[in-house]
Amino acid sequence: MNTLYEIYQSLSVVERVLVFLVLAPVAGGFLAGLDRKLSARLQGRYGPPLRQPFFDVLKLFQKERILVNKFQNFSIVLFFLFTVFSGALFFAGADLLLTIFSLALAGTFLILGGFAVGSPYSHIGAEREMIQMVSYEPMVILMAVGMYQVTGSFNVAELAQHQQPLILYLPGVFAGFLYILTIKFRKSPFDLSMSHHAHQEIVRGITTEFSGPSLALIEITHWYENVLLLGMVYLFFGFNPWIAIAVCVATYLFEIFIDMNYARFKWQLTLASSWAFTAVAGVSNIIVLSMMK
Amino acid sequence: MAWFKRSPWVLHYNATSCNGCDTEVIVSLTPLYDLERFGIINTGNPKHADILLATGSVNEKSVQVLRNLYDQMPNPKAVVAVGLCAISGCVFQDCYNVMGGVDKVLPVDVYVPGCAARPEAIIDGVLKACDILEEKYAEQKRRRG
Repeated sequence: MNTLYEIYQSLSVVERVLVFLVLAPVAGGFLAGLDRKLSARLQGRYGPPLRQPFFDVLKLFQKERILVNKFQNFSIVLFFLFTVFSGALFFAGADLLLTIFSLALAGTFLILGGFAVGSPYSHIGAEREMIQMVSYEPMVILMAVGMYQVTGSFNVAELAQHQQPLILYLPGVFAGFLYILTIKFRKSPFDLSMSHHAHQEIVRGITTEFSGPSLALIEITHWYENVLLLGMVYLFFGFNPWIAIAVCVATYLFEIFIDMNYARFKWQLTLASSWAFTAVAGVSNIIVLSMMK
Repeated sequence: MAWFKRSPWVLHYNATSCNGCDTEVIVSLTPLYDLERFGIINTGNPKHADILLATGSVNEKSVQVLRNLYDQMPNPKAVVAVGLCAISGCVFQDCYNVMGGVDKVLPVDVYVPGCAARPEAIIDGVLKACDILEEKYAEQKRRRG
């Protein structure tokens, strides 16, 4: 049962980071391909091949690089670097809080990239991205707080090897995290700033002025981010690696299902509903937990 | 190896068309024809697009928009003229306000005939344009050395 942990513990920190850097985009790309294929099947279409996201990214790297100004590219490279950095921290087994904060910083650089250009579409996209961040960030912090309350540690390596199932202590926090995960995965009903669908609409806003290699970098960053988020889902079920991996896959399929079944919310509803859900599920769970101790 | 064949992203512009060809372009996205199985995405953004699908006879007003969209597309890029109006102006070719075809304004790579063009023909035209994109990419690479 614990062979996965033994393999993980036999690796040094540098090796763990290297494994993440190499495997995460591969896994993230295939997950994105699975998303597109499954979405197409659910809509009664045949859909693109599973490797399609890799074809897209490779093609984008062969396109001409059109930059509106140099700050645009600067922000996107930092968005990529900070997302990869937070993923590397997480999978090296470092501090969970630091991971969350550097992920928030990465998101900020994406917003700055959207604001760096003059296009009003890009500005609307960046504003919506900001609203999304305000919507999901409280729940992400609460997740770390809840995990600390149960285990007494922010260390990811310790959290993953905690022998008691975290999910039994944190069902509300998990439900809240699942809710904001829809925003983070950029799925309907919360895909306001960078949707996977509706390429002609304002919901592609933040990517309006990015072309070729910069757009490819945004896509690869999204893959890294998805793998990192599924890693966070893993922590809730860390007592048994196989159950945890199965839950990660189930979570991803569930998000695709939600994506296909809901129409897009307005930003007001996105903000209000995610905060309400955070308060009801997340905060109440943490209050109950603090009374139990 | 060039990857344009596996992932051609399309920008569609209606340059004074009667909407017949435009409807057919949209129809090719539906489950029956499903453009996406070839990796084709109908983007609404010239900066993301590889192929410009232009329909209609192009009048004095839309000619500026058409040129602007083409100029904003990153290289390598291809233009597909969809429908008879986009090829020659069709019944409108003698009108005082039309240019009479997309090729009077932009370098057209593929002509898709039909009034309106069939979805099968449009998909075929886009896939032909992919080959041209690959050639253009190879040419670009050779020139840079």
